Amino acid sequence: MEPILNVKNLTMTFGGLKAIDNVDIAIEQGQIAALIGPNGAGKTTFFNCITGIYQPTTGKVDITPPGKSTQSLRGLKTNQVTERGLARTFQNIRLFQGMTVLENVMIGRHCRMNAGVFGALMRPKSQKNEEKEATYASYEILEKIGLEQYVNEMAVNLPYGAQRRLEIARALATDPFLLLLDEPAAGMNPQETKELDDLIIWLRDNENLSILLIEHDMKLVMSLSDRIHVVDYGKKIAEGTPEEVKNNPDVIKAYLGDDADDA
Amino acid sequence: MVTKKEIKQAVFVALWFMVLTFPIMVIKVNTIKHIVIFRWSHLFWIGIGTFFASLTWNYFLRRKEEKQKAETSDDVPLVHRLLQNDRFRIPFLVVLAIFFLFYPFVFSMYHTSIMISALVYVMLGLGLNIVVGLAGLLDLGYVAFYCVGAYAYALLNLHFGVNFWLALPISAALGFLFGTLLGYPVLRLRGDYLAIVTLGFGEIIRIIMENWDAFSNGPRGISNIPPPSFFGIDLGQHGTVIYIYFIVTGLVLMTIFFVSRLENSRLGRSWIAMRDDDIACQAMGIDKVKTKLTAFALGATWASIGGVVFAAKTSYINPMSFTIMESITILCVVVIGGMGSAIGVIAGALVLILLPEYLRAVAEYRMLVFGALQVIVMVFKPEGLIKSVRKTYEFKKVEE
Repeated sequence: MEPILNVKNLTMTFGGLKAIDNVDIAIEQGQIAALIGPNGAGKTTFFNCITGIYQPTTGKVDITPPGKSTQSLRGLKTNQVTERGLARTFQNIRLFQGMTVLENVMIGRHCRMNAGVFGALMRPKSQKNEEKEATYASYEILEKIGLEQYVNEMAVNLPYGAQRRLEIARALATDPFLLLLDEPAAGMNPQETKELDDLIIWLRDNENLSILLIEHDMKLVMSLSDRIHVVDYGKKIAEGTPEEVKNNPDVIKAYLGDDADDA
Repeated sequence: MVTKKEIKQAVFVALWFMVLTFPIMVIKVNTIKHIVIFRWSHLFWIGIGTFFASLTWNYFLRRKEEKQKAETSDDVPLVHRLLQNDRFRIPFLVVLAIFFLFYPFVFSMYHTSIMISALVYVMLGLGLNIVVGLAGLLDLGYVAFYCVGAYAYALLNLHFGVNFWLALPISAALGFLFGTLLGYPVLRLRGDYLAIVTLGFGEIIRIIMENWDAFSNGPRGISNIPPPSFFGIDLGQHGTVIYIYFIVTGLVLMTIFFVSRLENSRLGRSWIAMRDDDIACQAMGIDKVKTKLTAFALGATWASIGGVVFAAKTSYINPMSFTIMESITILCVVVIGGMGSAIGVIAGALVLILLPEYLRAVAEYRMLVFGALQVIVMVFKPEGLIKSVRKTYEFKKVEE
């Protein structure tokens, strides 16, 4: 079977700096994959390249959504990538501050709705139904994520952990087949991390989703991931199961430095 | 209570003002008799005046801070509370409707005429509110679209005899087109950069009108623009003013209706999302190009309609009516009224346009008082006269 996301020879240069250097990553349907590496290794840049925030210098980014044919993401704009079924969250929370929790999720439904200027001004029946459908769909997602008690709160007033989960809920609302999570556990306490762990597995098992996450919390990464990709200085240095990666000398070198024995 | 520190500060403020205003308030040169008169009593009154002004200023500032500390939850403005309460909403709206219905018959033609101006600004404010308040795009050249609308009616009438009612939709379409045209080059810009480019665009339109003599009659402008026709009946001067008044009121009601619908739609949500976070909104699948362009185009549409009404009301237009000052006034309407708040913008337009007219009573000080009031509003109510309380989706689960 074709991998649902197939990245080949991806390179991104900023001036003379090669932020990503010839990286290949493939993700299979139903997989939880992790992208790890020391700070500044190019992980978030990798996400930005896939989702069209940056246009990569060279390389191939192909997707094969379940039950559909292979297509390239190169040259697409961010919103078009989202329409194709890749949804992401952000390292530093980027919720819409002036909106309620429900409305934040409804924004995620945006690309699955059609009403334009005419619909907004005239409010035909189709538009009303669409709004209603979006409202209920958004509420259902909040229920799944466990945020339904906050439905009418302003997003900015939520506790930190809940804001992180809301970002995931908002991403889910775009109907993705692949979820890209950028440090979803950053700043969470152990209890919240545990809940996040359960949530990600639940999403994979019940929502037919594949997940690629960037994470620094090694405990979470090792327990969750089916496959781990390690990057350092923009280059991919290792790939494998958590066991393989844990014992890879290159990975240990990247994380602990050359003279690990002296430390 | 007044603290010692505040008294000390007030004394300094008083002394400072006495020095500052010395040349204009105290010294008077009589150029005919070649003598200089020192009006020392003025100095005394300036001192006393600013001393107490400083004390009251500080008092209100302190009270505002205390109030902010006391109330952690944001309070809802009175008008919103009135409108949300079922018992008050109907009577409130009825009183408002009666007031506006009988206004032109009770008050003189002069009052009706300035009310028309104020209502045109309500339309302009609500239009600009889409661009600035909802979509968060600072547009300093909004007057360009007002100009487009006014000239569209004037020129179409001059050359083709197009009447007011036909000019209205044509100008609206032209406004939409010009809004899109301006939108395209500024797609990548935000904040200050966007403000500068739109400022330039506003000036370009005015300068073209001023210099392209063959097309727009240059600085001489276009005169004899006919007022709206009422089935071909001549209403007389007073009748025409009243007629225009009702047309504007109707257009304002239409604007309020459409703008509030836009705000509470998929499109309105995407504007607010774009204002809150540009990148996240794209990552959620919102097409930034489309969203930005519709905001510009729809805002421009209302400015254009306002322009047609303006041309019909004054019966004479020239480029001087569309200077940068006009853009700033409209922006003031939005900011002082309350960004993003339709009711605020309406209040802002009425206050900002009617006040200078009624302040004519204090003759030469009117612009001073007007400026001071704007400063006071911004210091004490930075969110505007009536701040934005967006109608959010109150989700209630229906058991089935």
